[in-house]
Amino acid sequence: MLEGNDGNSPGAPPATSRDVSLSSPDRRSFLGVLLAVGTASVAALLSVPLFRFVLHPLLRSTTPLSWAEVGSVDELAAAASPIKKLITVEQRDGWRKIVSEKAVYVIKQANGQLTVLSSICPHLGCSAAWHSENNEFLCPCHGGRFGADGKLLGGPPPRGMDRLETKVEDGTLKVHYQYFRQLVPDKEVIA
Amino acid sequence: MDEPQSTSRKQQGGTFAPSQRGRFFHWLDLRTGVDSLLHAALDEPIPGGASLAYVFGSGLLFLFVSQIITGVFLALYYIPSADHAHTTIAYITKEVTAGSFIRSIHAYGSSAIVIVLLLHITQTFLFGSYKGKRELLWFAGCVLFALMLGMSFTGYLLPWDQKAFFATTVGTNILSEIPWVGNALKSLLRGGTEMGTLTLSRFFVLHVFMIPAFIFAGVAAHVYLFRKAGAAGPIQGNAATLKQSTEPFYPRQVLFDIVFALLIICGLGLLAHFSPMELGPKANPADTQYVPRPEWYYIPVFQWLKYWEGALAIVGILVIPGFVALLFVALPFLDRRPERRPWKRPAAVTIYAIIFIGLGVLGGLSHRNDLRDPAVASQLAKQHEDVVSFMKAPFEPELAGSSLAAANVALANPLAAKGKDIFEQQGCNACHGDGGVGTAAAPKLIGVGAKYDGAKLEALLKQPNSKMTAGGMPATTDLKDEDMKALVAYVQSLK
Ligand code: FES
Repeated sequence: MLEGNDGNSPGAPPATSRDVSLSSPDRRSFLGVLLAVGTASVAALLSVPLFRFVLHPLLRSTTPLSWAEVGSVDELAAAASPIKKLITVEQRDGWRKIVSEKAVYVIKQANGQLTVLSSICPHLGCSAAWHSENNEFLCPCHGGRFGADGKLLGGPPPRGMDRLETKVEDGTLKVHYQYFRQLVPDKEVIA
Repeated sequence: MDEPQSTSRKQQGGTFAPSQRGRFFHWLDLRTGVDSLLHAALDEPIPGGASLAYVFGSGLLFLFVSQIITGVFLALYYIPSADHAHTTIAYITKEVTAGSFIRSIHAYGSSAIVIVLLLHITQTFLFGSYKGKRELLWFAGCVLFALMLGMSFTGYLLPWDQKAFFATTVGTNILSEIPWVGNALKSLLRGGTEMGTLTLSRFFVLHVFMIPAFIFAGVAAHVYLFRKAGAAGPIQGNAATLKQSTEPFYPRQVLFDIVFALLIICGLGLLAHFSPMELGPKANPADTQYVPRPEWYYIPVFQWLKYWEGALAIVGILVIPGFVALLFVALPFLDRRPERRPWKRPAAVTIYAIIFIGLGVLGGLSHRNDLRDPAVASQLAKQHEDVVSFMKAPFEPELAGSSLAAANVALANPLAAKGKDIFEQQGCNACHGDGGVGTAAAPKLIGVGAKYDGAKLEALLKQPNSKMTAGGMPATTDLKDEDMKALVAYVQSLK
């Protein structure tokens, strides 16, 4: 390719042969640009999997909604007052999962529809519990009171008990468990 | 590196006037000396001209860089602990986008390094390129060879699957054959007498921090010494014709090197894509059936060690390999004749061939033995099936420590299970959270069992101390004795 060394005087030291080859900077830099562009494009191609690797947690966007089983619709619909149910909630955090039990209350609305309430008090996060003798939910921490439908009756909580998203599949009631911001008048999802 | 030459060129300098090289380049050069750097890197003279035979060294450098890049990226998801290592590698392999591909490039990359390294050594040997004041250059290469073997040995354990665990158990056991210090060395490497999570930490640190640091230094020394000695060039030809055909490293040799690097990465990419690296089931140290086999390039050594048992073991494990290694390292001192043509060096070439053919034969024997022994063959087949079925199974995330485990422990103990009901009936969970995880209103109870014994817990429940009362903790007075016992058992089970 670069055998243009011929003009070189035979007695010259080897270092000079390089200088002569450099004396056609146009050819040399054209080749250089070609090589640089070629190498850069191959490197860019090779880095695609690396980018995808790094971006994996973001491209997988939100963890898919996981639905926790609450119980059979028939059984729950038969109950007259709110029933406490412990559901198993699974959260994915990268390569690990966090499994926890959460208490929820299933209530029947006037039209017979089932609704699921989070037992976490919207005031400071204690667990409100159903007290059948008073026919209301009571929070033991600061005396928050809620009606059988979860509406706020009195005490420091800023809003009623939080409803959770539900669906029915094959006669089973399922719930999507979420946490809501405390101390604000409107329900606001946090995780 | 090439300081004197670049200075002399600068003095001749007219060719590099700013008008020709562009003003920006000139500006940059005045501040960084990039021109002389490029000159030093690219204009190294190659006597006899560029050749495909010279691509292996730069190929190794390319592979080393590829290992660094893929390794750093793998570290993004990997955890070096016996608890999580296998899960995180399974996560990389089965879940993470391009994870299996990048892991495969890294794992196959180590095999590629061994292959290219053998080609590099063979080329250097056959061309007699270690001759002529190149003893230190050869020595630096030997050190790099050893470091590379250390990299593959330490890296092999990191996935913490069955084959990694048992191959490394066997590998580290060899150390104990060394007289006097063998057992101490083994324990030092393992971080204890047995393989465990500390072994994994040690291998990780060696693989990721220590050996790479030595390799960086070794590569720098090797390249420096190479440039100092100059390229050895072809094996024959008189000085005048060699000088005639001398050409700089750039562009032809650069082109060859790039083509070789491309071939390597294409080969690795195809392999990684069509035959991704497998991961076996998690290491089970209690498995007594497992038949360990090391990585393919260690198989000959593995087979060799089988022939040396009892009193002779020291000969096979230490004396002979030590002698061969010494012979290898001392080669440029032993073979001092300037003759470089391999056909004029029959003794050296024969010894070299015998060693490599011997390694090949040992590898073949090991393979044949595995096929012939029905017990081993069926166990190996079963192990392979386990790997295949593990690879097919979907990724199973690891249960986080703070999870339901506590609740499950409680349920295993009937008294504690009863206590759990009482915990909820009494509304303890209202403030202390379900499973005693704690809420804004009251602290978590997980771990209190370690702080207080049963009697003390019971006393505190009946009569909370002042700090507890101030936090709003009521006294538990209305419980039957047996219920109190159950409640205490439950609280103690919260870990
Ligand atoms: S946390 Fe429920 S009333 Fe304060």
